Amino acid sequence: MSKSNFTRRGVLKTGAVAGAGLTLPTYLRADGHTGFTNAPGDSEVVLGFNVPQTGPYADEGADELRAYELAVEHLNGGGDGGMLSTFSSKVLDGTGILGREVKYVTGDTQTKSDAARASARSMIEKDGAIMITGGSSSGVAVAVQALCQEAGVIFMAGLTHSNDTTGKDRKANGFRHFFNSYMTGAALAPVLAAQYGTDRKAYHLTADYNWGYTTEEAIKASTEAMGWETVNSVKTPLTQTDFSSYIAPVLNSGADVLVLNHYGGNMINSLTSAVQFGLREAQANGQNFEIVVPLYSRLMARGAGENVKGIFGSTNWHWSLQDEGSQAFVRSFGTKYGFPPSQAAHTTYVQTLLYADAVTRAGSFAPCAVAEALEDFEFDGMGNGKTLYRGDDHQCFKDVLVVKGKENPESEFDLLEVVEVTPVDQVMYDPAHPQMGGAEATLGECNNGA
Amino acid sequence: MDQIIVQILNGLDKGSAYALIALGLTLIFGTLGVVNFAHGALFMMGAFCAVVTSKILSSSHKVVDETRTDFLGNPLEVDVFYVQDWFGQAAGAAIMDWAVPLAILVSIPFMILLGFVMERGLIKHFYKRPHADQILVTFGLAIVLGEVIKYYFGANPIQTPAPDALNGRVDFGVWLGYGPNVVVYPMWRLVYFFFSGAIIASVFAFLQFTTFGMVVRAGMADRETVGLLGIDIDKRFTFMFGLAAAVAGIAGVMYAPIVSPAYTMGMDWLVLSFVVVVVGGMGSLPGAVLAGFVLGIIESFASMPAVVNLLPGINQIVIYVVAIAILLIRPRGLMGRKGVMED
Amino acid sequence: MLGLDKKDSTLMLVVIGLVIFAPFLLNPFPEGSAMAQFNAGYPDLMQRFVIFGILAIGFNILFGLTGYLSFGHAAFLGVGSYAAIWSLKLFTLNVIPAILFAIIVGGFFAWVIGKISLKRSGIYFSILTLAFAQMSFAMAYSVLTPLTGGETGLQIKNTDNPLIGGPTDGSIGRANLFGAEMGNSFELNLGNWVFTFNLGYYIAALAMIAAFYLSIRIFRSPFGIMLRAVKSNQNRMNYTGLTPKVYTLYAFVISGMYAGLAGGLMVAMDTQVGPERMFWTASGEIVIMTILGGAGTLIGPVLGAGSIKYMENILSKINKDVLHQWFAFLPDGLEDAMVVFADIFVGKQWHFTLGIVFMLVVIFLPGGLVEGAQRLSARFGRKKKTDTTDTAASTPAE
Repeated sequence: MSKSNFTRRGVLKTGAVAGAGLTLPTYLRADGHTGFTNAPGDSEVVLGFNVPQTGPYADEGADELRAYELAVEHLNGGGDGGMLSTFSSKVLDGTGILGREVKYVTGDTQTKSDAARASARSMIEKDGAIMITGGSSSGVAVAVQALCQEAGVIFMAGLTHSNDTTGKDRKANGFRHFFNSYMTGAALAPVLAAQYGTDRKAYHLTADYNWGYTTEEAIKASTEAMGWETVNSVKTPLTQTDFSSYIAPVLNSGADVLVLNHYGGNMINSLTSAVQFGLREAQANGQNFEIVVPLYSRLMARGAGENVKGIFGSTNWHWSLQDEGSQAFVRSFGTKYGFPPSQAAHTTYVQTLLYADAVTRAGSFAPCAVAEALEDFEFDGMGNGKTLYRGDDHQCFKDVLVVKGKENPESEFDLLEVVEVTPVDQVMYDPAHPQMGGAEATLGECNNGA
Repeated sequence: MDQIIVQILNGLDKGSAYALIALGLTLIFGTLGVVNFAHGALFMMGAFCAVVTSKILSSSHKVVDETRTDFLGNPLEVDVFYVQDWFGQAAGAAIMDWAVPLAILVSIPFMILLGFVMERGLIKHFYKRPHADQILVTFGLAIVLGEVIKYYFGANPIQTPAPDALNGRVDFGVWLGYGPNVVVYPMWRLVYFFFSGAIIASVFAFLQFTTFGMVVRAGMADRETVGLLGIDIDKRFTFMFGLAAAVAGIAGVMYAPIVSPAYTMGMDWLVLSFVVVVVGGMGSLPGAVLAGFVLGIIESFASMPAVVNLLPGINQIVIYVVAIAILLIRPRGLMGRKGVMED
Repeated sequence: MLGLDKKDSTLMLVVIGLVIFAPFLLNPFPEGSAMAQFNAGYPDLMQRFVIFGILAIGFNILFGLTGYLSFGHAAFLGVGSYAAIWSLKLFTLNVIPAILFAIIVGGFFAWVIGKISLKRSGIYFSILTLAFAQMSFAMAYSVLTPLTGGETGLQIKNTDNPLIGGPTDGSIGRANLFGAEMGNSFELNLGNWVFTFNLGYYIAALAMIAAFYLSIRIFRSPFGIMLRAVKSNQNRMNYTGLTPKVYTLYAFVISGMYAGLAGGLMVAMDTQVGPERMFWTASGEIVIMTILGGAGTLIGPVLGAGSIKYMENILSKINKDVLHQWFAFLPDGLEDAMVVFADIFVGKQWHFTLGIVFMLVVIFLPGGLVEGAQRLSARFGRKKKTDTTDTAASTPAE
């Protein structure tokens, strides 16, 4: 019995063995001549796009999928090439990856770690995917990242904002372009201090799961450093839809700022409750009461409608950015689909390009070679300015956008305006930062699988 | 003390939503003996009646505004609303603003029709089948309804605001002798509470004081005998299904401004509404309503910061703890009848 | 054979045959062909088929025989999984202790919950089990994060240092059976076909065959008859001096152990566990699997589990691109129309198909998929085939 942990159908599909006909059974050694899982054949390479297609985050997933399709089109030389022309690395020339045509398979994570891993495993075992990317929650990202580490393929995380993905749960085969809770806190706190003053008392409502905890921790730490005081923090169940009983006590708690560490439907509903209870018009401690939403996304802002106006938060990217890369991306996405891309679409598009670029620069699909090419890679022209893929924890470091809900939107997409672009130096942290799992957190060894 | 008053209000508000759904569910249990896993989906359909009505009322045509540009640099197309074309700026805006209350008018016939179609087309064939089969078929239906909504409206919640006039707040504290701004409560939530009360009262009055209701109650108690008396109980049961669907639907419409409708809400409410019904006791309409309010108020109290900080996680499980306690103390829930769904 | 009568032996042999040759049977289409999308013969899905099969078989011992509808069975799957992963993390990477540990913990948890929930019957019982499972889920998701890993769940890490035989080179430990890793596969290449024989799958398959055998024995034993008596008339049982609750509790614990076994195997095959495994939808899925296949029949629950997992994993992966490939032979306009139409049922709309299948099966096949198989064999039937399905269906749902 050979020792192959995952199969490599990719080779078989196109390799010469496939035509051998009914000869004697061939006993394959998966590590025969390539040395890594799912080594692609000579004509095509398969990428696995694993996004939520059912459940509450299905819209984000659909947008991610659109971006992936666009990226594949551009890599294969179709369309207008999007960010390929603005990307600082010029090795991608529209002939696929290393001369192989890019094919893809899709799957449904259902925003459940079990389903996400089943879907990723089927991509690796059945379809011969060499890289898995996607996801729109940190639980799923951590689970799939661990799987990819075990299987020996590269994982390019999609929308995942929890510190843990590249903090205590970081893995050598996993990479994240999206920003994280720490960066949100570091970028948001100075802006909040400038806007609302340093004499503030904050009340946190936090979604009762991993991402909520890391976000609350990050915001608390960085706002307290600005002189704010945290009055109280209350955990709310993820499945909560009516937040009235959590919002009602806020007004008379002595706090004058409400921080909603909520995402998706939670955020839409808690913000709606907060507005209904009149928090936005209220006065406390002689100041106007304010609400802060640490992590914004345009799709959410749309769900919350009027309520987001003037509320501060942070975001990874926004389509209204005027740099060359963003504009190129918005142009190709908008032309193809008729509306501007979301930040989820942006990060997944960029991740796909970064992967393709790393493979090309490494001259190999072997995960360890790709990882090496990505580590400490500096690039520009992808919409976030100068960016560093730090080798210590596989986290991208780039400017962070502080945004607020726009007062007078001009269209249904024009919901957020960029208030400040926080320079990357301000959101840098030590890889062994306590919020990131401390000194114990390690990437481990990179795994080529097979 | 002021906090307790607010939480009682919250509890009554949540409770009225629970009670309305549980009421419809019990009507279907009690009269038809059917376990309807699609009841949460009916609630969702109601909420989407509000979304659709507001979409229809704010349907628009595009007019190109040469002075502005869209995100791709093309001339911006501005939406012009038909209602404003037809009724003038102010009246048109008012009509769009009142979309949610207007949606009630749309939802009643729609939900009754949906209920009729469901009962005649599907549920009718399952009266004599085991409960397990009823669960499977209605669960399948719930999935299908949810997916249809997702196909057209996506998965993200859709903001459906209440009319501006009802969007304000009532300062309760002043009436009770507190200072201003101590006990304030959103007006729409009060509207919801009183509206639910009215619906619940009319359902009870209908069953209590009309001949139709009397026959239905008799049918709930002993279907066979009523049938033997030559009364066409089936037709009445069909109507009851329509009524239950309409109650769920109206509950959904009115709830839309409180929690933005999303296609997942049917499944979110499914489990909770069953817990409420069972805690109330199978086959008991007053039990369902009582359990709705009891659980709503208890949930609200358990979410108070003082309580959560004292017992972390209590807000996550309180409904279930209370449900278990009640069912262990009272074998058939608060007011359940003997022998209903006990085997 | 082994205490089974002739009919049961035949059924047992059929199941053993199906399970052993699953890598062939589930991969009927050649690699690279358009139909290869429908192949299910890869390790992950085959493992899921048998694991969920075990879960459904166990559930059926409770529900099919006694009629007690537990709506919280996923809780036992969940605690079994947590037990197994802690065993892998702390004790040894060998899967056997992990699985045993999972069975014990699953059974114990079932005993505690069963003891309380069985004070009530009918829907009151269902809601009690549901409430316990939802509590377990909510706690695992939030308050118990140190023990369960919260939302991100638990995986084996390179910092884990099991008592016996962990990796010494700082790599991430893998679940194994005396050194042979669960992921080990052996591939057979015949013409355009590739068949994968995976060690993990065969271990899980062995467990399922044992579980299936045990379930036949229970169905045919005096104990099984007692359980049926619980369903048909508890009063009469009481009058004859028997205590139905005790028998039901046994059945509940046994089915909890089956769920624990399934949880342990899930962790052994794929070393991770997350709390959503205990969410009520997971419990609901077990109920649906059993009814869909045919509650109270021996083979039905396995069929139900298989068909739901098949739809989940195969239908959801069919995207527009794949559809375009399928319908490429049609003229352009027609191709697009077909793609748009077919897209309603696959990819991100796979739930829609699931719902429709539930409705169609329950409307037209009141006995579940088993009845479908029966009707098919009655129509085309060879005598022998009818025999096996008859046995399977000899104890209809209610």
